[in-house]
Amino acid sequence: MKLYLKIWRQKDASSPGKIVDYTLDGVEGDMSFLEMLDILNEELVSKGEEPVEFDHDCREGICGTCSLQINGEPHGPDRLVTTCQLHMRKFNDGDTIVIEPFKAKAFPVIKDLIVDRSAFERIQQAGGYISVNTSGNTVDANAIPINKHDADEAMDAATCIGCGACVAACKNASAMLFTSAKVSQFALLPQGRIEAVERVQNMVRQMDLEGFGNCTNTGACEVECPKGISLTNIARMNREYLSASLKG
Amino acid sequence: MGILDSKIPSGPLADKWTKHKNDINLVNPANKRNIDIIVVGTGLAGGAAAATLAELGYNVKTFCYQDSPRRAHSIAAQGGINAAKNYQGDGDSNYRLFYDTIKGGDYRSREANVYRLAEVSGNIIDQCVAQGVPFAREYGGMLDNRSFGGVLVSRTFYAKGQTGQQLLLGAYAAMNRQINRGKIQSYTRHEMMDLVLVDGKARGIIARNLVTGEIERHSGHAVVLATGGYGNVFFLSTNAMGSNVMAAWRAHRKGAFFANPCFTQIHPTCIPVSGEHQSKLTLMSESLRNDGRIWVPKKMEDAVAIREGKLKPTQIAEEDRDYYLERRYPAFGNLVPRDVASRAAKERCDAGFGVNKTGEAVYLDFASAIKRYGKEKALTSGIKNPDEATIIKLGEEVIEAKYGNLFQMYEKIVDQNPYKTPMMIYPAVHYTMGGLWVDYNLQTTIPGCYSAGEANFSDHGANRLGASALMQGLADGYFVLPYTIGDYLSDDIRTGAIPTDSEAFDEAEKQVRDRMEKLMSGTGIHSVDYYHKKLGKIMWNKCGMARNAKGLEEAIKEISELRKDFWENVKIPGTIDSKNQELEKAGRVADFLELGELFAKDALHRNESCGGHFREEYQTEEGEALRDDKNFKYVAAWEYKGEPKDAELHKEDLVYENIELKTRSYK
Amino acid sequence: MSGLIKSSIARKVVMALSGLFLVVFLTQHFTINITSVIDPETFNSWSHFMGYNPLVQFVLQPILIAGVIIHFVMGFALEIQNKKARGGSYVKYKGSANAPWVSRNMIYSGLVVLAFLVLHFYDFWVHEMAYKYIEVSPEDPTRYYHETVEKFEPFWRTILYVIAFVLLSLHLWHGFASSFQSMGWNNKYTPAVKTLTKIFSVVIPLGFAFIALYHHFNPITH
Repeated sequence: MKLYLKIWRQKDASSPGKIVDYTLDGVEGDMSFLEMLDILNEELVSKGEEPVEFDHDCREGICGTCSLQINGEPHGPDRLVTTCQLHMRKFNDGDTIVIEPFKAKAFPVIKDLIVDRSAFERIQQAGGYISVNTSGNTVDANAIPINKHDADEAMDAATCIGCGACVAACKNASAMLFTSAKVSQFALLPQGRIEAVERVQNMVRQMDLEGFGNCTNTGACEVECPKGISLTNIARMNREYLSASLKG
Repeated sequence: MGILDSKIPSGPLADKWTKHKNDINLVNPANKRNIDIIVVGTGLAGGAAAATLAELGYNVKTFCYQDSPRRAHSIAAQGGINAAKNYQGDGDSNYRLFYDTIKGGDYRSREANVYRLAEVSGNIIDQCVAQGVPFAREYGGMLDNRSFGGVLVSRTFYAKGQTGQQLLLGAYAAMNRQINRGKIQSYTRHEMMDLVLVDGKARGIIARNLVTGEIERHSGHAVVLATGGYGNVFFLSTNAMGSNVMAAWRAHRKGAFFANPCFTQIHPTCIPVSGEHQSKLTLMSESLRNDGRIWVPKKMEDAVAIREGKLKPTQIAEEDRDYYLERRYPAFGNLVPRDVASRAAKERCDAGFGVNKTGEAVYLDFASAIKRYGKEKALTSGIKNPDEATIIKLGEEVIEAKYGNLFQMYEKIVDQNPYKTPMMIYPAVHYTMGGLWVDYNLQTTIPGCYSAGEANFSDHGANRLGASALMQGLADGYFVLPYTIGDYLSDDIRTGAIPTDSEAFDEAEKQVRDRMEKLMSGTGIHSVDYYHKKLGKIMWNKCGMARNAKGLEEAIKEISELRKDFWENVKIPGTIDSKNQELEKAGRVADFLELGELFAKDALHRNESCGGHFREEYQTEEGEALRDDKNFKYVAAWEYKGEPKDAELHKEDLVYENIELKTRSYK
Repeated sequence: MSGLIKSSIARKVVMALSGLFLVVFLTQHFTINITSVIDPETFNSWSHFMGYNPLVQFVLQPILIAGVIIHFVMGFALEIQNKKARGGSYVKYKGSANAPWVSRNMIYSGLVVLAFLVLHFYDFWVHEMAYKYIEVSPEDPTRYYHETVEKFEPFWRTILYVIAFVLLSLHLWHGFASSFQSMGWNNKYTPAVKTLTKIFSVVIPLGFAFIALYHHFNPITH
């Protein structure tokens, strides 16, 4: 199929960016979206032009590196997939596809379609852990039984891959879904309860400092999340935060 | 023994590690503050090591090419992590895990290392649970286990289909705790370009900031390379696009021996290649083999009809299906080790029974598991005389609960519903058992340069068992390296900070710059990927699942020619001093082009078949691997001497005191 | 506690609480108003009570005004912050793909409601204040009904009111249930809350619109 691509090109963080048009022929339905871009880049390199830079790594939907706002949606029109798992069979011959970087003040563009998501790093550094030493001198793994339902819910929260689609989709560029997934995972497990109060306060404080917007419960994040992280996590974080604040 | 000293402690196998820990030197806590350690790579091994070293008090700098340590490719491991906990009471023990691993590795790994691995495996699970890793649990609240290929017990712990991600997030969380304390400085989007040796010791690295293109110098008293495997030498593999051999290869060129490069694991259950555009391959967890049955049509005409799209797999009668693993290996059936399963698939496809367009795919069928589970579920739900549709519906629900995310992934990629029609799978390059040679302390042949995880060669011999990579990475990172490195660093407590303005750093930086400029000077028209794909084809066709002397000799010649072409002609747009993904790729492919040749040379010299290394000349009449313990019971460690073809072989003899060498049989 | 005031979550809770308070107020307002259709005398007596009871006048009324102001000011503050958080706009943004229109346009439905409130205050509250505290006219427990009905004589006012009620409905459609989520209340009762939201956000504005239209089409014949 033949596609008309409108791609955001930006030299570096300090340069202004703009949309550049490309026409790409010979795209097949079995290709992934990134493989389609590979072909475009191959053409660009052969013409001596700089290829379009985009983040990607595992290409199997788990590392969370790939991003891209495709036709106005993070990770494109398909549901529960990352861009690397989006296949071209979702598009038709002659389609125009607008490809932009994830846009948020807290995610500055590095080059072309690559953004800096280190704000997420700092949120996790602020408290996204349980303070145990990695000595292995802990109690036996089965010493604390954990209710299967809680363990499963913690797992569902923990499936977050930190891609930033929630921020990109949210009309407010809010990072609540991401932060709440991290908070929830620990809040649901007995090991994590011990530091629950400090954790939620520190992580929310950092999230706010990074300049993300506020949650207005539109639910866009949940719909676009490639891992289907649920809004209940945001409610849980709100609850955790409020009770933590009241406690001190 | 030659010049290789494995430093295996004396004494009975089960006491070696404890004895060793008691014997080695320690660094006192106050002195640890004066010691800097560089950790390159932040996957399970690197992340775990960095966190633990920082926790012990060392100053740690971590480097990763990804934008976050959490994105290292350990994240992609799906199935699980082994540990000899014997929670299922099925007779598991440290010894049994040790034995399975040595046997699974086809008797090409070190007894002492593997026993230590088994010994600390239980600790890993305790540690990870304490960190909040949400492992799967049973209704009673206890941890659940599943079984994996090549073993007869259930010892695999798992977190849905993303055990790797959960374990890595655990290690990453431990890192974050230390970053927050200021004990780890995390350099993301940085790539190690070279190792710096001062007076023969590893004292730092030259790194490139991938955002700005800046070349940076970083010094430390020791350097840990935990940079993963080199499967991407095949271009198509299940590795991440960025996975590379650069750090290990740079160290190799500076004096670290490279061990068993030809030991590569081809994973049997990957989604088949769909076309020329393919950029990478996707693994379907081995855990699927617990419930899926692998087959191809018995009759050639059926296979042809399927390939032409005239027949559907579901239309083929039970008696016309060849469940070839169950036929050939009745004891282990579909759960034979990976190398065996992969070769068997290749054998059937080579014989013309492949089931997709390209003829390179076999079926992985869940129909009987769905029925079995459906009946069971109907029984436990109190449904009497359920009809076929109810059974299938219930069965599909059970399968979905177990493998839902894998099935979803398959459907997204292939556009077929695996609940209704069998999956198509084919083997793909997945893991490299070979790597930097290390001694019992995980130190390479360069003093002060350590290697952990997939980057070293240590524990898996010629074939790795499923769910053992995560175990090894975390064992190295959490429980081995942080202690053994102290023995070396105890001599460095008075050294003080290592200056980066020395001649050694000047020289190393200059080499890095020269190399990049040379790469940029190519005058041809082809991109980096063009060369990488060509290399991959040579590797897959001639150094892949089955190898022979003629093919390997050709490969050596072809790779060396391709390398020459690459250096003269590769076309890289952009500049050195800015973000430039083509240049990043070029640096990596340049090293693959050297490693590939050494790989072929190693495969050529090893005149036997063992584990993942299958030489067509050395097989039994039934087509099974024919090992030669008399002549090849050693680790082949290669020393860099300029061109890969000049590499010098050093042998580390493998001594088996606790295990009797047998022909591996899964029949 | 000081961190609490600045945090995004606390601000959302303020929005939620003030919003829910306004929902309660709407219910009360509606209950009184609907009597104007059913029984003018009840309407007059309830209205008179509300107008002259000191607790209502000097405690509840200021709280209500504060609630309205807090809800609007915070709403605008958050909106500005949220706009900034995007940092430039997308060339193509397909909000309709992942979130309902009402949830994405609370600021607009809110603005319309605010504009309506200005008119509504001018129509009734300013008049009330003038009557009671500036002109200091005598108490007249029978004036409310005809004053109300007369207001709806002009077609333009009735239509403006009806439009505002439609937007109020849209605002409530998202806002009511959303406030529970903001306060961390997402559990097995959530589906019930969502159903209640739908019923409330249709019934109440529809009721208000009905009252306006009823009086417009049933003027008091002199």
